[in-house]
Amino acid sequence: MGRKILFITTDQQRYDTLGCNGGTIARTPVIDAVAAAGVRYERAHPQSVVCMPSRSTMLTGQHPSTHGVWMNGVALPEDAPSVADVLHAAGYRTAIIGKPHFEPFLDPFGRFPENGFARNGTFGGHRGFEHFESATHGGAGPLHYARWLSTTHPEAVGMFYPVLDHSLEVNAAGGRDTGAPQAHHNPMPREWYHTDWVADRTISWLESLGADDDWFCWMSFPDPHHPWDPPAEETKRIDWREVPLPAGYIENASERERVLDAKPKHWRTWYDGTLVSNYEAPLHWVPATLTADQLREVTALNAVEVELIDEAIGRVLAAIRSRGWDDDVDIVFTTDHGELGGDFGLMFKGPYHVDALMRLPLIWRPAPSCAPDPSTVSRPVGLVDLAPTFCSIAGLPVPAWMEGRPLPIDDRDADARGFERVLTEWDSELFGISVHLRTITRDGWVCTTYQPGSQHDGTEGELYSLADDPLQRVNRWGDPALATLQSDLVADLWDHQPTMRTPLLPVDAPV
Amino acid sequence: MVGSAVGSAVGSTVGSIRHHVRIHRTAAEVWALVGDPARLHEWFPGIVACAVDGTTRVITTGTGMPMPEEILVNDPGQRRFQYRITAPVFQFHRGTIDVIDLDDGTCLVVYQTDADPRTMALVIAGGAAGALRELHRQMEPVGAKG
Repeated sequence: MGRKILFITTDQQRYDTLGCNGGTIARTPVIDAVAAAGVRYERAHPQSVVCMPSRSTMLTGQHPSTHGVWMNGVALPEDAPSVADVLHAAGYRTAIIGKPHFEPFLDPFGRFPENGFARNGTFGGHRGFEHFESATHGGAGPLHYARWLSTTHPEAVGMFYPVLDHSLEVNAAGGRDTGAPQAHHNPMPREWYHTDWVADRTISWLESLGADDDWFCWMSFPDPHHPWDPPAEETKRIDWREVPLPAGYIENASERERVLDAKPKHWRTWYDGTLVSNYEAPLHWVPATLTADQLREVTALNAVEVELIDEAIGRVLAAIRSRGWDDDVDIVFTTDHGELGGDFGLMFKGPYHVDALMRLPLIWRPAPSCAPDPSTVSRPVGLVDLAPTFCSIAGLPVPAWMEGRPLPIDDRDADARGFERVLTEWDSELFGISVHLRTITRDGWVCTTYQPGSQHDGTEGELYSLADDPLQRVNRWGDPALATLQSDLVADLWDHQPTMRTPLLPVDAPV
Repeated sequence: MVGSAVGSAVGSTVGSIRHHVRIHRTAAEVWALVGDPARLHEWFPGIVACAVDGTTRVITTGTGMPMPEEILVNDPGQRRFQYRITAPVFQFHRGTIDVIDLDDGTCLVVYQTDADPRTMALVIAGGAAGALRELHRQMEPVGAKG
C-alpha cells in the first residue's frame, strides 16, 4: 500500500483569496490548516492563464507549446500523455470529479468524449481516469452535474446565471445590488449547488474503494470562476458594503489610466471597450464602467464561493479520516489560473501576465506518514511540476515526456535542484485579432515579450520588479538602466521556451 | 493536413471560417460523396442521420439535436454545395462546400462557414474541419500525400 493522492483544484482563484496567503475576506480554515502542515508555495505560476491549456498542463506535465492546447477551444488530443494513465498503469485507482475541460464545452455535434459520458449514462474511462464525473459552472449542458440537477431538481436548472448571452458570447449582464457583470441572485439551496455536489460525488467515489487501494482523485471545483452566483442564503455571510477594495485596484481613474497607458496598448483598449482581444471576457462589458461598489460586491460573492469550497474540502477530508487513510494521503491544492479581480480596474481574464492571473495558490501537504516539515517555498514553480510530483509521490519515475520536475519541499531543495524560472505563454487568434505573449519569471522579475500580432508589432514588452513593485504598476520594459537585465531575461526565456508544436491544433469552438 | 482561415470585421457579429484539404482523388470521385446531401452523416463526424425532402434537409447531431437546413445550391457542374441552417439560434448561416479540380488527378475541398452569431461559426467550422479530415481519411489511398 502506497501513498494516496487527493488533488484539489479550483477555477480562476486568486492567490490572495486564502487566509494562509494573507487573504482577509474569505475564511478558509480547512485549507489554511492543510498549508500549516505542509508546503505553501508563494510563487507558483500557470503555464497559461486560461482553462483548457492550463488544465492540459496539469494533466500532461507539459507546456502548452508541447501539448498543443494553445488556446481555449483547442481539444487536447485523445492520445495525449496523462499522469492519470501513468498512475493507473501502476495500480492506482483514478478519478476526476468536477470540472475537467480538456475538450471544448460548446459541442453540439457531440464530438468530444468528455461531453458524452453523462449523455450515455457512463463515467469514463478517459485519459487514464477510470471514473470521470463532470461538472461546470451552471445547471445546463451535457455534463453529469447538469444531468443530475435536471433529473432531481428540474426547477433549479434555470436558477443559475446564464454564462453565455443570446449570441453565445460571455454574458455581460449585471445583477444583484450593484449591477456588476456576472453577479446574480441564485435562490438555489447550497445542497444543490455544484460545489457541494463535487464534494458529495468525491466522497461517494472514495467510499467505493477498498481499504487497501491506492488512489489518485482529482477533485475539481468549478468555482470561484464567474459567474458569481453562489446560493443566495450563503451570500449573507459577507456584507459587500464592508468589503475593502483590493490593493490592486487604483481608485483614481486618471492614475489608473496612466498606469494602463504605460503597458502594451491592448490593456487600455480593452479598458476603454474598444477592443476585446479574447473570448474569455464579456464582449459587451466595458471595464472603465466598473464602479468601486460593483467591485466590492463581486469580491464578496467570490469570497462566499471560496468559503463554500473550503467547507466542502473539509467534508471530504473528514471522509478520508473516517476511512483511516489520513496518514497516507498527500493533498495538493491549487487552481488553473487567477482572476483580475479589479486590479487596474479590470476583471475576468485575458492576455495580461501579471500576478492577478499568474500568482496562484499552491499547497502540498505530503502524507503525514512521511513526517514532512512544514515550509514555505518562495522560488518559482509551475503547474507543469504537478504531474511529476504525483509520479514522485507514487514512487514512480518521472516519464521523459514530462517537462516539469517534482515540486521542491523548501527553498533549499529548490535551490539545490535549480528552480530558477517559470514560463507562461499566451496565444490567441480570434476573428482577426491575434495576441502572442511569452513570459519568464525569475530572480524577482516578471518579463513578458510580445510577438507580432494584430495588436502588437513585436517590440512591446513588460518588465516588473516583484520586490519593488508588487502590484506591477511601473512597466520597466525599455528602461535603459535595465537594458542588460531585460536582454538577459529575454535570452533566458527563449533558451528554455519549448518549441511550438506544428502544425497548430485546430480551434474547435470558442471554449 | 486541413488548412484554415478565420475572418471577421472587428465589431462584426458575423464570423467567417474556411477550411480546406487536398485529396488525391479526382474531383468527380469526391463530388459523388460530397454532392449527395443525404450522405453527409457518412463523412461528417458528429452528424448521425440526414433526412432530405426537396430543398429541406434535417440533420441529427451526435447529441440527438435535430438541425433543420435549407439547401441553397447543389450544382454538379461547379461542384458547389451550399446550405443554410435555419435553426433560430442563427441570425444568419451559410455553409459552402466547393470541390475544385486541380487538373492533376487531385482536388481541393473547401468548406466555408459564415454565421451570425460569430461564435457559432467557430462551433460549426470546428465540426467542418473534422469532416474534411474524415473525408480525407476515407478517400485518400493509404500512403498518399496529404
